[in-house]
Order: sequence, then structure tokens, then C-alpha cells
Amino acid sequence: MSAAAAPTPVRKLRVATVSLGGCFGCHMSLLDIDERLFELIEKVEFDRSPLTDIKTVGPCDIGLVEGGLCNAENVEVLRAFRAHCKVLVAVGACAITGGLPALRNHLDVGDILQSVYARVPDDPELPLPLNRVLPIHEVVQIDVALPGCPPPADAFWQLLQDLIAGRAPQHLPGLIRYD
Amino acid sequence: MDTRPLETAAEPGGLRRIAIDPLSRVEGHGKVTLLLDDDNRVRQARLHIVEFRGFEKFIEGRPYWEVPVMVQRLCGICPVSHHLAASKALDRVVGGWPVPPAAERIRRLMHYGQIVQSHALHFFHLASPDLLFGFDAEATRRNIVAVAGAFPDAARQGVMLRKFGQEVIRITSGKRVHGTGSIPGGMNRAVDAHERDALRAELPQVLAWAQDAVELARRLHDNLPPRYADFADTPAAMMSLVGRDGAMELYDGVLRVREADGRIAIDGFDDQHYGELIGEAVKPWTYMKFPYRRSLGPDAGWYRVGPLARVQNCDFIPTPRAEAARQAFVAAHGGRPVHAVLATHRARMIELLHGVETVAALLDDPLILGGPLQAEGPRRPSGIGIIEAPRGTLIHEYDVGDDDLVTRCNLIVSTTHNNQAMNEAVRAVALRYLDGETITEGLLNHIEVAIRAYDPCLSCATHALGQMPLAVSLRAADGRVLDHVLRSSTGELLRDAPAHDAEAAQ
Ligand code: SF4
Repeated sequence: MSAAAAPTPVRKLRVATVSLGGCFGCHMSLLDIDERLFELIEKVEFDRSPLTDIKTVGPCDIGLVEGGLCNAENVEVLRAFRAHCKVLVAVGACAITGGLPALRNHLDVGDILQSVYARVPDDPELPLPLNRVLPIHEVVQIDVALPGCPPPADAFWQLLQDLIAGRAPQHLPGLIRYD
Repeated sequence: MDTRPLETAAEPGGLRRIAIDPLSRVEGHGKVTLLLDDDNRVRQARLHIVEFRGFEKFIEGRPYWEVPVMVQRLCGICPVSHHLAASKALDRVVGGWPVPPAAERIRRLMHYGQIVQSHALHFFHLASPDLLFGFDAEATRRNIVAVAGAFPDAARQGVMLRKFGQEVIRITSGKRVHGTGSIPGGMNRAVDAHERDALRAELPQVLAWAQDAVELARRLHDNLPPRYADFADTPAAMMSLVGRDGAMELYDGVLRVREADGRIAIDGFDDQHYGELIGEAVKPWTYMKFPYRRSLGPDAGWYRVGPLARVQNCDFIPTPRAEAARQAFVAAHGGRPVHAVLATHRARMIELLHGVETVAALLDDPLILGGPLQAEGPRRPSGIGIIEAPRGTLIHEYDVGDDDLVTRCNLIVSTTHNNQAMNEAVRAVALRYLDGETITEGLLNHIEVAIRAYDPCLSCATHALGQMPLAVSLRAADGRVLDHVLRSSTGELLRDAPAHDAEAAQ
């Protein structure tokens, strides 16, 4: 199935992905490119991602960020992504607006914890929840936004094709969704 | 092996902390912390779930008809489970239970499609690198990309099986992730005949792949090095829905609990009374609760859910190929209950095969193309919906006021049921493989291998800041203070207003 003795390809783009306060649906939609995944990995390699065992982000060409900021660790991870990724993409409604988890913003986080757990989990190993769920552009600059909940697989595909080809991402009608 | 003392070290002071953070190749975010003494003896091992999103709370006050669509955002990998569990609960609220046969068939089709896609994703995309390359293979190789390089056929089968399952979800709900097909009282769409035919045409190939997957999981398990024969063997009671006739049943049934030794403890239990069966305990070091059987209490009452529990809890699987595979599984273990967590992979692939067979039967059913899709009846103030999600029993419960707004919501998700079981597995592995050793990355991955077998869905949140700061302020790019939190010496979280103001004034 693989072509024999293909010429050495140009350097693969390095892509990191992360889910902050998201549901992994955006990652699932990325995987919904189905068998095009095999074509993609000819051109890109993955750095930190839920799909790999690389646990800290290194220098990358592209960072795909799913989810908004729910706790202090989300913020740290996001800043590390910004520092290491040339192009940072806010993927999906949660990263762009806070999304559904931001529905907790009209409630007091202490009250919610109290009513859900009665005895509030407070171990130092647990990250501090933020008072409000924030979109990621509140804290770092983002370069591209890919809307949708989740963005369609074809939108991921188009974006990655554009970035691999060194083009500015085109937002094709029909791939931009606001659900 | 008594692992319980490892939950909390007697003298945590002076111990060395090692964290596996974040857990990778699982859905969502969690971490494991180990405390070791000077001789590398493990003194404490914990799986922490750092997720906290408060869904149960902010669903209060929302109109009930929004709920089946909202709750999908709990999890993008098994959104259909939440979509359908919420729908089943709200069917009761709108007096629409049982839903008309056509709606029931289409929901089942969606659900079994999800079993196929989620199980394929977990086995091939997430877990298979450990089994194909070894638990301590280099970290950079342990991923689906390396599997695609070394085992292209397996990688391709995994991707195509997942695609098939996702397409079943799409033709029943309009979208592969977060569709909108199911509503309180039924469905809002039927299946299009052309789309059905397109999927039917693929069935012979998909069935063959699914059959191969069962065989691959068996082979990989049988070929494990002998030192892993009893890997994370943690005897536990098993809980799942089953059919009234004892059949494997993933969409709707009665609760059955089997003791670790294989005896049936509780059977035919009405899911609407789950609250009498199960309680939930809270521990301060994790956001995930610990469910337990009320009759046994929080310490002894824990149990396991998911494929390993289900395949052994049912009396038979009502599709022929998967039933043959189940019988082979039982025979391979001499008919004794199996508690080695790696056997979960084989059980999971047996369920995947059952999923494909069930989808095949439903695609042949003319009812999925239409008929009455919604039922109505006298309103009720509350409803419970229980479903067997890919990872195990999923419980949704709602109270709804006369104004149609949700007044209370309780969710017990599959992974939560397995909280204690996963913690036991972590401790068993830590004691058996890490205790007294020089800790390497490969050894740490052994712990993740045990957690991955449960295919946990930890969704959301991330990893530690190293030393936990006492105060955190979050600033916008322009320097504005967006949030400021303090952790008091007693561990309480405080929103410190004076500090916030002082920061803001700077
Ligand atoms: S945007 Fe939607 S699919 Fe993506 S993480 Fe948020 S809820 Fe999930």
C-alpha cells in the first residue's frame, strides 16, 4: 500500500493538539477525516496530543486548541502552546467563546462545588477552577479560528491543507458552522 | 494483594512525588500521582480526575427539551450515550415512554453505531500501540501513526470500523458528532433509504473487519509476555443492564449485579429505582465521585462496569458471531470469572462485533425508514434514563417543573462507576511492577496501560502547575486581571476580593 522508495519528502509540519475545557468532540471531528489520516501523516507529525504519549508541547508549526479556559492549568497549558506554536488555532465553539461549559458563568463556582460534592475536593493535586470559563483569546493571541461544535472534518482538512501548502487559511462557505 | 493502604500514605511528609501528567491516549484529562520513599517503595498511588465542569448544576433552569442536545457536550466520544440517556429520562417526563417502535429502532441503530465507533477508536487509535509494541516501547512510537507505519492493515481496519460507526450515527442524527435526532418522546427524523443502502453495501466488509478485530485482540492478549499474565488482576463485582431474558442489552434493560466469584447478587432490578441500589461517596483528592452498592457501603461496595463486566454479566449475546466469540472467551478462562483488566480489550472487540451484527439487523428493518416517531402522554415531574454506554452503565435523572424548566439533575457516568476499580488497578500495578524499582518512563506507562483498559472518559481540564501556587491571578493580554483565586491554608478556595481589587488597581 505504500509507494516504494518515495523521494525524501520535505520536512513534515509538526502539529500539537490539546483539549482544555472541551469535550473531545473537536478531536473526534479531526479524526473524522477517516482514511485521509494516512495521507495527512505523510505531511505532518504529531507533538503533544491526546493521541500521543508526548506530555509537554515542544516547538511546533501548528497548535490546535480545543476547549475554553476552565481552570488555572488550562491557562498554563495554553500559554505553553502559544509560546511553542507558530500558528495557534482556536478550534470549536468552546475555544472561541467558552462554549457550553461557560453556562456555569452565571453561577458562583464555590456554590456549584458545594452543591455537587457537599465536601469540596480541595487536594493540592487538583487545579484551581476559574471563576468564569473564558475563551482562549482573552489570554493569548490566536491566529486562526475554526468555528463549529465541532467544526466539520472537511474544515480541519481544508485548514491543514492550506497550512501545509503555506497558504493563508481560506474559510470556505459550507465549512463554517455555528452550531 | 491488599492495595488499600496505598490510597493514602501514613506519613506523606518526605516522600518523593512522581506524576503521570497528563494521562495520554485516554479521553479527557486526569493524572496519577505516586509517593515513593527513599527505597523507591510505593507508599501512595492515586488516580485524580481534575475535571470539573458543573453540568449537573447549570442544566438546572434550562428548558427540558434542550437537554438531550446540551448533554452531548459532556463527551465528544460518546455523545450519543448522553443524547439517548437524557432522551430516555425525558420520555418519562413527557409521558412518551415507551416511544413508538420506529423511534426505538432508530435510537438503537444510533446507539449500536456508537458502540462500534467508540470501541474501534479505543482499541485501534488509543490502546493498540501498547499491545503491538510493548508497554515499555519508546514513548515516541506509542501512537496510531507508528501503528499505521508498522501494522498498516490493522490501522486501516480501525479507521474504517470507526468510520462505519460514525456514518451510522450521521444517518440517524444528522451529524457524526453532536447530532440532533432524538427528542423527549421519540425521534425527529427517520433514516433515508439511500443512506441506508449505502451503509448496507459495506456490511460484508465491515463484518469481516470486526471478526478480525476479535481475533487480533485475542492474539495480542494470548501473546503477552508471561509476566503480564495477571496484569492488574483486580477481582470486582460486575454491574450492567441485561435483557429480561439475561441477554446482553445495551439500550434498555434491567440492572444485574454479579459478585466477583460469579454468583448473581441482584437481578431484574428496575432501573427506575437505581437510587436504592447505588450511593456515591466523595473524596477530597479527586473530582470524580465513588459509587458503591448501598447494601455493602462505600468501602466494600465498589464494582466494575463496561465491556469486561457486561460480557460476563449476561447469559448470552443475542447475535450469533459475537455469541460464538463470547463462548470462546469463557472457555479460554475455564468458565471462571475474569478480572485481569487487559482481558477487557478482547471483551470490547466482542462487543464491537455484536454492535456490527446489531446494526446489520436494524438496517434490514423497514421500520427505520419511518412510521409514527413520537409519543405523548400525561406529564410526570421526573424521569430516569439508564443506558449501557460504550464504557459502561450511564445514568441520567431529571426533575422538571410545570414551567418546563429542569429543577434537578443527577448524572452518574460510566467512568465514575469504575473510579474505585481504576484506582485499585493503579495500585496493583504500582505494587507489582514499580515497587522498589528505579522508575522509568516505560514503567510509568504500565500504569497508564491499566487505566487505558478501562477506556476512561475523563473529559476536560488539564495538568498540574508543579508546585501548586497559593494564589493565582489570570490576566488578559493587555494586563487586565480577569480572575484571582486564593487557596487558604485549610485548602479552601477563596475568591479574595481585596487582593483582586489590589491587583486590578496596579
Ligand atoms: S466546541 Fe463542541 S465539540 Fe468542540 S469541545 Fe466544545 S462542545 Fe465539544
